[in-house]
Amino acid sequence: MRKAYPIAAISIAQLFSTSVVAETEIELLKQQMNTLKKDYEQRVEALEVKLMKTEDKTQQVNADTQGIAVNPGHTNMVTQNKFNPAISLILDGRYANFGNDPEDYELPGFALGGESGLGSRGLSVGESELAFSANIDDKFYGKATIGFHNEDGGTEVDLEEAFIQTLGLGGGFTLKAGRFFSAMGYINEQHAHAWDFADAPLIYRGLFGDQLRDDGLQITYVAPTDIFLQLGAELLGGSLFPAGGEQNDIGAATVFANIGGDIGIAHSWQLGLSHWQANNIEGRTSGGHSHGGSTTAETPSFDGDSKINALDFVYKWAPNGNPRNQHIKIQFEYFDRQEDGMVTMLNSGPPIETSSYDGDQSGWYAQLIYQFRPQWRAGLRYDQLDSNNQGSDAGVLGEAGLDNEGHTPKRTSVMVEWVPSEFSRVRLQYNRDESYENADDQMILQYTMSLGSHGAHQF
Amino acid sequence: MFYSKIKKPALLLLLIFPFFAHHTSAQINIFACEPEWAALSQALGTDKVKVTSATTAMQNPHHIQARPSLIAKMRRADLLVCTGADLEVGWLPLLLRKSGNGSVQPGQTGHFMAADYVTLLEKPTLLDRSLGDIHAAGNPHFHVDPERMLKVSIALADTLSKVDPANQSHYQNNLATFTQQWQQAIQQWQQRSQSLRGARIVVSHNNWVYLESWLGLTQVATLEPKPGIPASSSHLGKVLTKLNQNPADRLLYASYQSDKSARWLTQKTKISAVALPLSPSKDETLTQWFDRLLNQLLSVQ
Repeated sequence: MRKAYPIAAISIAQLFSTSVVAETEIELLKQQMNTLKKDYEQRVEALEVKLMKTEDKTQQVNADTQGIAVNPGHTNMVTQNKFNPAISLILDGRYANFGNDPEDYELPGFALGGESGLGSRGLSVGESELAFSANIDDKFYGKATIGFHNEDGGTEVDLEEAFIQTLGLGGGFTLKAGRFFSAMGYINEQHAHAWDFADAPLIYRGLFGDQLRDDGLQITYVAPTDIFLQLGAELLGGSLFPAGGEQNDIGAATVFANIGGDIGIAHSWQLGLSHWQANNIEGRTSGGHSHGGSTTAETPSFDGDSKINALDFVYKWAPNGNPRNQHIKIQFEYFDRQEDGMVTMLNSGPPIETSSYDGDQSGWYAQLIYQFRPQWRAGLRYDQLDSNNQGSDAGVLGEAGLDNEGHTPKRTSVMVEWVPSEFSRVRLQYNRDESYENADDQMILQYTMSLGSHGAHQF
Repeated sequence: MFYSKIKKPALLLLLIFPFFAHHTSAQINIFACEPEWAALSQALGTDKVKVTSATTAMQNPHHIQARPSLIAKMRRADLLVCTGADLEVGWLPLLLRKSGNGSVQPGQTGHFMAADYVTLLEKPTLLDRSLGDIHAAGNPHFHVDPERMLKVSIALADTLSKVDPANQSHYQNNLATFTQQWQQAIQQWQQRSQSLRGARIVVSHNNWVYLESWLGLTQVATLEPKPGIPASSSHLGKVLTKLNQNPADRLLYASYQSDKSARWLTQKTKISAVALPLSPSKDETLTQWFDRLLNQLLSVQ
């Protein structure tokens, strides 16, 4: 029996040990199974992710290739931000060097008004402009331009333009309402920063105070012809220079016609005729002949009727009609103004100085612009004015600056521009200015930069 | 008083207007901004449409001015077919506003922008003009990709059917013909262009990305330092160093671009430069044009 014990013990131990061995083996197997399972699970997961990615890609590719209307601009976000109008900011600065004192500037035979003048000497910020524009809905377009000018050390904010115009009126008709630059002439409708010279043509300075702008209504019609034919009319409030003064309903009106087209592929042209008229102008004031030192300045004031007729012509050439690398632009404008009424010197006398007035003023300019390399342009301009104003009191007309003093105002300008991109420009301009008897040499170095929305390529 | 003075011109206007009003023709007037859309419109419309292209293959479609002749053309258009994606941003909105034509304004059926029907490459994540004249919507020169052209053709046939429902079947039949011919051409072009795969190219302006992705070309350098900014000598110097280390096979530029910097670079590197027609010439079909483009590309070694 004693022997049987160890045997039994051994066998039990054996039995026990085998079961222990068996158990660890199972544990091992289980562990192996688990790791395998985990491994596979991970692999399957990775595969699933890969599959999902490929599915996404194929869906994208399908969308790409099957001609489904995918609008790249569309997002499903609810936001007001995307409806912001196009905003552009024009920054302008200059250095001006004048031989004569700009305060002494005058145009004999023309009573200066509005913003006309040479501007300040030395370094200055020119006119900065902030413009907002957008299609209002499917029927209207709107634009507002706010100008910031330097005025005697302060900054003056000016609502330059604020208009709406129809988009889809159809039949070639477009209606515009609000404050806008009149369609008189050629460069009048363009903003000063889009001009090819740093200053306005003398005739624009003499008649409009640089630019004709008013509040009112404009209608234009484009004929459905091969040749461009545009007819239009404006009814204007007439409260701004050169209509001036207080008015009842309609202070001024214009009618205009433009015709234009291409000759072959390289040449294009436009010819414009326009007429501006203001009847019963009351109290249009202007600068007149300066009186150095006088405290209460005598200001000339005009009452009466005024008519302007204008002719403008533009011709452009670009090799293959591709203006990007090279182009030539020739423009010519002629204006003639006839006025009939009274000129009164305010703050004069007593007795107050007054004269009948029969005004006859005209002027023209011609200019040539040549873009000789993609980033370089050069230009030449010649201005000339003429006047023959009559009145009952020549002395009063003389004081009002309406006597031409036997002088023919003229000016020759040359400029060269560096245009690094569509959004920037640096210009150097020289004027030999014979506006009045003391000829002046003027140098202007100017930069004009456009920030924000893309500008329009006007003709 | 006042009214009596303006009566004359006003009367004159009233007399002139009826002469021009209601000048209608049976054909649909199509104003295409670029020659490729003129060619596609012609292929889909055939005798039912009268197509004018605002630009030619020799003009940079971005730098066009709103010329009087274009306003007159826009005035008479029933359908506008343009690239969109801001390619024509400098002149098209101005033409539309000046035309007084209601049927082609944005949102109308007659206002077709091809970019609305394809996905664009190179959509910038950063909009900053120091990067050049970039287009927020992406690279707009997608018409040199035959697959994208196919998508646009389907959408344009659809628009033509809406503008002129009476001739719907005409446009759909033309589309079927065009699609079939175009797909055959695509197969042929793919075979012929096998040798071009992986070719390393230098471009003047970044307007070949779609062609590159379709033909499997690799763009190694651009002559313009930034889109729309002409090549400067310092930038060309950098391109030259890059190409000396890492040569390219061909230099591509659009035929409307100045070849000055391309010529300079070919002299320095012996790379052959090829002026490719970015758009069809007048009266050329799309297939003829793309065939010519590919031939020109294959002709230089």
